[in-house]
Amino acid sequence: MSKQAIMAWEDLALGAAILKPGNAKELRTGDWRSMKPKLDEEKCIKCALCAMYCPEFCISVNAEGFYHPDFYFCKGCGVCANECPKEAITMVKEGE
Amino acid sequence: MLRDVDLSGYEKITAKNIPWEKFITSGHRACQGCAEVLAMGMVMKAAGPETIVCNATGCMEIITSPFPQSAWSVPWLHVAFENVAAVASGVESANRALERKGKLKKRPKVIAFAGDGGTADIGMQALSGALERGHDFVYVCLDNEAYMNTGIQRSSSTPYGAMTTTSPPGRKSIGQHTWKKNMAMIAAAHEIPYVATASPAYHLDLMNKVRKALTVEGPAYLHIFATCPTGWRSDPAKSVELCRLAVQSKVFPLYEVVGGRYIITQKVKKPKPVTEYFKLQRRFRHLTPDSVEYIQKRVEEEYARLEAFEKATAPLEEVSEPSTES
Amino acid sequence: MGKRVGLEVSLAVAEAVKLANVDVVSAYPITPQTHIVEELSIYVANGELDAEFIPVESEHSAMSAALGAATAGARVYTATASQGLALMHEILFIVSGMRMPLVMTVANRALSAPISIWNDHGDIMAERDIGWVQIFAENGQEALDLTLCAFKIAEDKRVLLPMIVNIDGFTLSHVIEPVIIPDHAEVDAFLPPYTPVLRLDTENPVTFGPVGVPEMYTEARKQLEQAIIGSKPVVEEVLDGFGAAFDRHYKLVEQNGKPGAKTRFVTMGSLGETCMTAVDELVAEGQDAGQTRIRLWRPFPEEEFLAACAGAERLVVIDRALSPGAVCGPVASELKSLFYGRPDAPEIVNLVAGLGGRDVTVREFKEMFAMAVSGKLSGNYTMWGVESHAS
Repeated sequence: MSKQAIMAWEDLALGAAILKPGNAKELRTGDWRSMKPKLDEEKCIKCALCAMYCPEFCISVNAEGFYHPDFYFCKGCGVCANECPKEAITMVKEGE
Repeated sequence: MLRDVDLSGYEKITAKNIPWEKFITSGHRACQGCAEVLAMGMVMKAAGPETIVCNATGCMEIITSPFPQSAWSVPWLHVAFENVAAVASGVESANRALERKGKLKKRPKVIAFAGDGGTADIGMQALSGALERGHDFVYVCLDNEAYMNTGIQRSSSTPYGAMTTTSPPGRKSIGQHTWKKNMAMIAAAHEIPYVATASPAYHLDLMNKVRKALTVEGPAYLHIFATCPTGWRSDPAKSVELCRLAVQSKVFPLYEVVGGRYIITQKVKKPKPVTEYFKLQRRFRHLTPDSVEYIQKRVEEEYARLEAFEKATAPLEEVSEPSTES
Repeated sequence: MGKRVGLEVSLAVAEAVKLANVDVVSAYPITPQTHIVEELSIYVANGELDAEFIPVESEHSAMSAALGAATAGARVYTATASQGLALMHEILFIVSGMRMPLVMTVANRALSAPISIWNDHGDIMAERDIGWVQIFAENGQEALDLTLCAFKIAEDKRVLLPMIVNIDGFTLSHVIEPVIIPDHAEVDAFLPPYTPVLRLDTENPVTFGPVGVPEMYTEARKQLEQAIIGSKPVVEEVLDGFGAAFDRHYKLVEQNGKPGAKTRFVTMGSLGETCMTAVDELVAEGQDAGQTRIRLWRPFPEEEFLAACAGAERLVVIDRALSPGAVCGPVASELKSLFYGRPDAPEIVNLVAGLGGRDVTVREFKEMFAMAVSGKLSGNYTMWGVESHAS
């Protein structure tokens, strides 16, 4: 018999509930990406709109105040580049 | 019925105090450029951690909860497709009873999320019941204008002329041949304290509407526009832009209905033609100039009607309260 | 020690729900259940019961709101019948799958078409696979007592499943019977307050109702299966505990008539009481007649049933529901499965009787007995009392 199950039934929480809040952050969705955003810090005015509009909620501010995506999650949708009021973000091919 | 609504507890969000804490984590499985999950994330940022979420079956349920991972860091409950308003009614009532009986310290907020199909079609009855009974909760319809989770079938919220897999254009059909159902006004007809439309392109407006909806005592309804690049055949990068263009072209006006009074929150002074909004989406590509002209005219009429509602329901000039002393 | 009163059985059930201190009642009107929830809404309006009464807009929402309330950690009750139960169908599976221990009364009634408000078991027999503990009451006292027990069974940490108490529509629900209503203190001593294992709690956020991927759905169903199988000893324990506390004793399966009788009726629900009278008369007339009454329907009490039918050569199984196109009625089908391959398997004579409120009288039970004994009821089943040109 092939083993297909994630876990034994005895280990499931009551009613198959998920007890670890927000554990979807284990999931790497960055490998969906074919294009990636590249920030030109010269042009960036630190307005945070890219972070506000990121559907992956994966753009956060660094120590210098610049906003960068977490490439573990970034799916490369390009919304940040499209919405940047200063055109500081460009989409480049993954691996370039 | 016009009535005063108590918004005294409302804490306004400005560019300076935007709440950034997220309650839907990265690692969710929404399509690239999904404006629906974006909108839902904004709602949750405005709502905060003391919130219970009830979620109807649909894209947002599927992309946030495939076992064993959950994208939710607040208590979350999914039951079925058509009943999220009833489920939320139960949660809210239980919290009320348990708080009264001293078994619950503080009653958390309750938000119900559903798509347009789960709201305007199959969930309409449960929603109407919950609004009419006056439960203290916020119902959020995330409207991407078709059944996207099952593969882009038309709903009653699909706009006129749009192509879906069950409203295909053909020699005998324009595509969707009915006008989009006006859910926000249907909700408002229940005479609940607060109704609003919102778009994630106007994030402060959206989050403040969430805050107001949560502030009022009793039911509130939010109808949020949300681009679906997969279903609309649009560039994922253009998702927020489309959410903005829908407002700027008067296709999806932003307004509130507070205690029965209509207030347009984003006045469109120099509207863009609907073609600017349409041309970024393949679902409208088949439309002929005649059809576009018809849509343009009707969009303008609908907006004019909304302006008339605003005027008709505006408070009368301030009058001083008559003295009770004789 | 309680008080003995003459009371409509629906109101006796409502008394039990009040005594159980429920937090939320969510219900929609449907005959013949309505008197129960009307009475509960009066208790809430009077302040006799500190609960939220949600007057929902459908049974689908009644069950959905009940589930929402249970998930929030409340003790929850609802009641329905027939079309209403059918409308709940979808959600019933979700309640058990999520392991929420709410309690429901079903005032059993026939399903349309043609529309019938009267009693049979067609409604509940369409819900055999919902994963709820299901029990049948035969009289008013039992309806009250089993309702109290249902909360204790459902909420037991070894069970944590929803439970249905079936009472026959009108035959029980609308009949005034002498009933002993226990004191609040007695009930409080028997039924502890409900403490949920998991609930919607902002301090400990849980995701309820996630997507069941193929890599765990089977295991989730196994969990449910084990829970319902494991509920049987708990049902027995709670009924025994109830007997010790209140001196009213209930078994999973009951028997009467001549001990070890070779021909035994099998009944479920209030017809059992009529049948009992017939069996007593048959025994008095010197017949070898007995009766086995099934109280617990899900999980099916296999060992108890086999023990109660030991020595029987013929079972006359009364099904108060038709399973159109099936080999036989639902109860008979269950019993044939149970006996299949057993060397002591009795002959199973199946009668589908009492549909849509049709009476089955003492005399008819005696006729059935005579016909069964003389081999006149052959075939997989017989629809009893059908008016026909052929008869």
